[in-house]
Amino acid sequence: MRIRAVIVRIARQFIHDQRTMALLVVAPLLVLSLMYLVFNGDTYQPKIGTVQLPAAITEKLTAADAKVTAYDTVEVAEAALADQEIDAFIRLDQGTAQVKLEGSDPSKNRAVMLLMQKTLQGQAASAGVAGSSNGQAVAPEFQYLHGSADMSSFDSFSPVLIGLFAFFFVFLIAGVSFLRERTSGTLERLLATPLRRWEIVVGYMAGFGIFTSLQAVLIAGFTVYALGSLMVGSFGYVLLIMLLLSLTALSFGTLLSAFANTEFQMIQFIPIVIVPQVFFSGLFDLESISPWLRWITHITPLKYGADALRGIMIRGEGWSGIALDVYVLAGLSLVFMLANVLALQKHRKI
Amino acid sequence: MSSQEVCIRTQGVTRKFHDKEVLHGISLEVRHNEIFGLLGPSGSGKTTLVKMIAGIDEATSGEVEVLGIRMPKLSMMNRIGYMAQSDAMYNELTAKENLEFFGALFGLKGATMKRRIEEVMALVNLTDHLKRPVNAYSGGMKRRLSLAIALMHEPEVLILDEPTVGIDPVLRKSIWDEFEDLSQKGTTILVTTHVMDEADKCHRLGMVRDGHLIAVGTPEALKQETGSATIEEAFLHYGGVRV
Repeated sequence: MRIRAVIVRIARQFIHDQRTMALLVVAPLLVLSLMYLVFNGDTYQPKIGTVQLPAAITEKLTAADAKVTAYDTVEVAEAALADQEIDAFIRLDQGTAQVKLEGSDPSKNRAVMLLMQKTLQGQAASAGVAGSSNGQAVAPEFQYLHGSADMSSFDSFSPVLIGLFAFFFVFLIAGVSFLRERTSGTLERLLATPLRRWEIVVGYMAGFGIFTSLQAVLIAGFTVYALGSLMVGSFGYVLLIMLLLSLTALSFGTLLSAFANTEFQMIQFIPIVIVPQVFFSGLFDLESISPWLRWITHITPLKYGADALRGIMIRGEGWSGIALDVYVLAGLSLVFMLANVLALQKHRKI
Repeated sequence: MSSQEVCIRTQGVTRKFHDKEVLHGISLEVRHNEIFGLLGPSGSGKTTLVKMIAGIDEATSGEVEVLGIRMPKLSMMNRIGYMAQSDAMYNELTAKENLEFFGALFGLKGATMKRRIEEVMALVNLTDHLKRPVNAYSGGMKRRLSLAIALMHEPEVLILDEPTVGIDPVLRKSIWDEFEDLSQKGTTILVTTHVMDEADKCHRLGMVRDGHLIAVGTPEALKQETGSATIEEAFLHYGGVRV
């Protein structure tokens, strides 16, 4: 009954405060759309300069989707490289190809090198066919256990991103509104009613839970059905994980708000609490991270959520694949909630 | 005073914040149906004391009893109405939604809820503004709504921390008339104030200064005892300043 009153009140606050509602729903969709546009673009076409190359090679480069510009001397090509008009230039020096890269952008470097391998290997292969009588150069055939050749960066990022947004925006909104309860004095007023401490916490979880569920459905649905992100597993599991992630964010945010005195101090938690989680969430490859840092990944809730979402969306994992993540997230939420009930003791012992 | 007459009793109540003692052994008795005023400047410890009586805070040492039950106690919250110094309400919500929320926390519902909302809003003269969001209210209106919220569940004991700050004199008079009426009907009212002329309207007064209770008595008795014409002079007298 009292919990229901808290839930109804939070729902009404949301309905009156459309801006917050928009932040919860529109902001993630906007950022996801931007990410989609950035990461789902066509593959980069390297801009290559050539210095007195045989026409055959130039043709091959053009065929491999490079933008080729021919230069007469090395000096002119060097100047173009310095002006970033081209990503690399290629010349022949005593029969071997010399490639000089602009070099400041690793992704462009990779694109150039990939292109070179393709064209020059092709060159060698055709030479091999001509030279050897029995040898037929065998081009390997690629098969994919998960994903496919045309899986984009967005497909690989989107599970992490939707988890991140569910976590981040809920953390912020729940934290700030619980904090405001304290600074505006309404918490004191609540504590002068028969409302129990755990009822406040549960009421908050449930009241916000309604809107975060809505948010989860919208974000996941938008990503999968509107942006067409890769989705192999079950949509229901995705929703489950997103809901658990936002509950974790909810309980975590409200707990941390106990350690902030102003909204600004709540914002200060972002670089400490949210940003590191982004790094460890799987957006970046962590295989090569120092072992002494790796333990951090095990205490970041976002990592468990992102792992599970990746498993479901890219590898089509079922319950057995995500069970551990589900238990950890549910456990963390519970721990944070209990800690919050205890933290409220600061304001009223009973 | 027989124990049946006593509604609120504090016995040697001390409160420390980080080793700094802000209340020094306050012993006080408030009778049933009484309007008891705690008079003192801001920072004297009035708010700290009423918070302990309301069951939000706990004494470092000493005892607080309300209606014969040792505080703090959760089940007592239903019998106490507390209005804090700050107008603690949800500004995005309308007055009605605020009243419904706090009413529901005290277990009100249905027809009772509706009736009480009408009654308390009429009392504080806000009936016309029931459906307006609180952030469109003026300071005085918020104060009145805050009072209305404290009255929602018809508490036996009403604890009001500076209830009439920012309310115009005409309305203030009508609110004090209502306090008188409530007390006639059996409500015990503990009110803090630093406005001396308000103190005259209380049945009995307790003067608080620097965490000490320096005098208790009816306004007339306090004035008579000190040979003062006003409560202010009496306060100065007890505070150790000769006029």
